[in-house]
Amino acid sequence: MADAKAGAGNAIVGMGRGSYAMLLAFFLGPAVVIYTVFSIYPLFATIFNSLYLRQPDGAYLFNGLGNFQTLLTDTTWSVPFWNAFRNNCYFFFIHMLVQNPIGLALAAMLSLPRLRLRATYRTLIFMPTMLSVVIIGFSWQLILSPLWGISKMFLNALGLGFLFAPWLGQESTALITVSLISVWQFVGIPMILIYTALLAIPEELIDAATVDGLNQFQAFVWVKLPLIFPTIGLVSVLTFVNNFNAFDLIYAMKGALAGPNFSADIMGTLFYRTFFGNQLQLGDLSMGSTIATMMFLIILVGVMCYLFLIQRRMQRYSF
Amino acid sequence: MRKSASAIAVHGILILYTALALFPILLVIMNSFKARKAIFGSPLALPTPTTFSLIGYDRVFGDSSIVSYYLNSITVTGGTIFFTLLFGAMAAWALTEYKFRWNTLLALFLAVGIMVPIRLGSVSIIQLIVELNLINTLTALILVYTAQNLPLSIFILSEFIAQIPKDLREAGRCDGLSEYSIFFYIVLPLIRPAMATVAVFTMIPVWNDLWFPLLLAPTGGKQTITLGIQQFLGQYITDWNAVLSALSTAIIPVLILYVIFSRQLIRGLTSGAVK
Repeated sequence: MADAKAGAGNAIVGMGRGSYAMLLAFFLGPAVVIYTVFSIYPLFATIFNSLYLRQPDGAYLFNGLGNFQTLLTDTTWSVPFWNAFRNNCYFFFIHMLVQNPIGLALAAMLSLPRLRLRATYRTLIFMPTMLSVVIIGFSWQLILSPLWGISKMFLNALGLGFLFAPWLGQESTALITVSLISVWQFVGIPMILIYTALLAIPEELIDAATVDGLNQFQAFVWVKLPLIFPTIGLVSVLTFVNNFNAFDLIYAMKGALAGPNFSADIMGTLFYRTFFGNQLQLGDLSMGSTIATMMFLIILVGVMCYLFLIQRRMQRYSF
Repeated sequence: MRKSASAIAVHGILILYTALALFPILLVIMNSFKARKAIFGSPLALPTPTTFSLIGYDRVFGDSSIVSYYLNSITVTGGTIFFTLLFGAMAAWALTEYKFRWNTLLALFLAVGIMVPIRLGSVSIIQLIVELNLINTLTALILVYTAQNLPLSIFILSEFIAQIPKDLREAGRCDGLSEYSIFFYIVLPLIRPAMATVAVFTMIPVWNDLWFPLLLAPTGGKQTITLGIQQFLGQYITDWNAVLSALSTAIIPVLILYVIFSRQLIRGLTSGAVK
């Protein structure tokens, strides 16, 4: 790594090979070591673990892709796995269909020229995104609880009282309810990212469009929307990675069993349950690693699609 | 005329959405200051002198561990920010300033962590932490969170370091400063704004995380506040005063920090995200 070839160590005149190596080790060493040991190594070790199977005597034997075969075909594993995968896909689709369009609409309104109180709206709407998923999940659990009756009161006020049901407790509605709570919390992220992209569009472009006879809405659809397409791609891949990696909200609201009857189970909760065990089964390191590796592959496919199809260069993101 | 009508419509929608975003939060905070009877009797009313009660907070803070959970969270978040910034800035400096042979490859290696969530390696992280005898320690959390946040912080800080005029560094070299002094006395003070940005958005996810505290430090008084509140809620599930107060106890400090840092935070979230 530390190789000071001629002309390479720019302007470090008179520094010997050894001390140049020392210099690089000093600056890069801590970050590279911590990152490698606690991030990259565990990732590869997990993939490695997924190739081994625990024997009754406690030893681990190489099993090739056998664990994956078990996970995908043996009904004790495949039924929960496909259930979690399907639920996770729904979880993702609900975010794509509800969260991102709302985020886009809010961003479009916030970026209107001469809008007053812009910063206030932005700050307040972003607020739920700042709070812990645990706190949000529990607060919504209280609000939706038939015991407290707040949501029923609201529906009654709108004359829709008959619609009320224990949404979180019903198999048919638990997943969609949890998904919408997650949408409510994280709508701030697409909003802020798209908002910033919209602000970066030069004013002259919009002026030109309006001179050409387009109204604000048409100018948005035909001029701005194509320009922020890369940002929408970024928002989509972020949603994908976060959704297929989600855990906290379901665990906080529904516990590790993601009930009723696993109707809100997603990859993250399945992984946690498999690795740690629960009332129904003992923890299983090999199968836990296998599920984590599947999650890794799913996320990898999503990221690759994004990098190669939508965005051909690395971009920064957070959250 | 049409202009102002559409402006009113836009404000109407934004106000409605803001209300939707704030209502659940305000509802919880408001009711945490009320007696049990008023929580159920008139949930939408502000606390009045007759309904005001701090009984829930008594219970939350009577459970003396809540205070130590706060201290745990402050230690973990503070430690993570410190190491992420220091080691991140040092690595960013070396990657931008020195052109050694595997520079690009190393930068790519570090960038992997930006896209791949570290959670997926949890099984092996636990094994590693157990082997290092760090289970139920705050050190374990700080190490893992630092590893998690380094890639992005290196990426962002590199961009800022690259913008520092070359003359400043060269002047330092001419004055006979060592490479180490140039970094610590010239570069580090110049990238302070970027470091503030990185600090603010490292802080929030670390503070809010449930996964790693649950895996690495679930017992032994080393819980973070997020996990501690989650466990507290599980125990007091039927005591609405305690539950609402515990939720508010977790919400209020974050809201205060958010109001102070929102500008920096939003800038941090967006800087460079769109090009």
